[in-house]
Amino acid sequence: MADFNLNCKGLQCPGPIVQVFKTAKEAQSGDIINVKVTDRGFIKDIQAWCKKTGNELKELNETETEIQVKIQKK
Amino acid sequence: MSDKKTIVMFSGDLDKVMAGLIIANGAAAMGSEVTMFFTFWGINVLRKAKKIKVKKDFMEKMFGWMMPRGAEKLGLSKMNFGGMGALMMKDIMKKKNVNTLPELIESAQMMGVKMIVCTMSMDVMGIKEAELIDGLEFAGVASYLGEAEESNVNLFI
Repeated sequence: MADFNLNCKGLQCPGPIVQVFKTAKEAQSGDIINVKVTDRGFIKDIQAWCKKTGNELKELNETETEIQVKIQKK
Repeated sequence: MSDKKTIVMFSGDLDKVMAGLIIANGAAAMGSEVTMFFTFWGINVLRKAKKIKVKKDFMEKMFGWMMPRGAEKLGLSKMNFGGMGALMMKDIMKKKNVNTLPELIESAQMMGVKMIVCTMSMDVMGIKEAELIDGLEFAGVASYLGEAEESNVNLFI
């Protein structure tokens, strides 16, 4: 299993979700995708994306400066 | 049920076109099959920025000259102030790292968003295929309706 690390800090909607989609396309089932973003809308968006695409949101952390999520490809 | 989204791109206003393209990019990223149907003023979004030599009659030339040539030339639907508003908006969006319209079009095409251009509107406005960007399909209302029939989201922008 591989780990993908995406730095989407500074990207505005729909940038981060497009990057996640592209990475998920490359990834194999079971792979982990770590994403860092600054767009606050991404918190809700990534949950909707995971629900829609059937991938699993393992972690979601929000700090003062960034949002970090961990997704596992199904 | 198939998972399709259809968007009619009627407007040629920068802000509205931006909304349409962001939704298209988002939908493609959510794994949906997306079709955008460009008609009327929306066709100007797809014009190449460069002037292309094609045969046109007088009226067609006038139209071509008066309408914006490509996604970078569009004005705002509100507070355009003869193009000043659009320039200011683009400047702010650049500072805030928002994707430009050409970037959004490219990204949508890369993700497989299908872009259909209304041939009737092209004919009315005298826009030729050679004047438009690559990767487009040319069709009429039945093609749009055929796609819309199978779609679960349908927008008119």
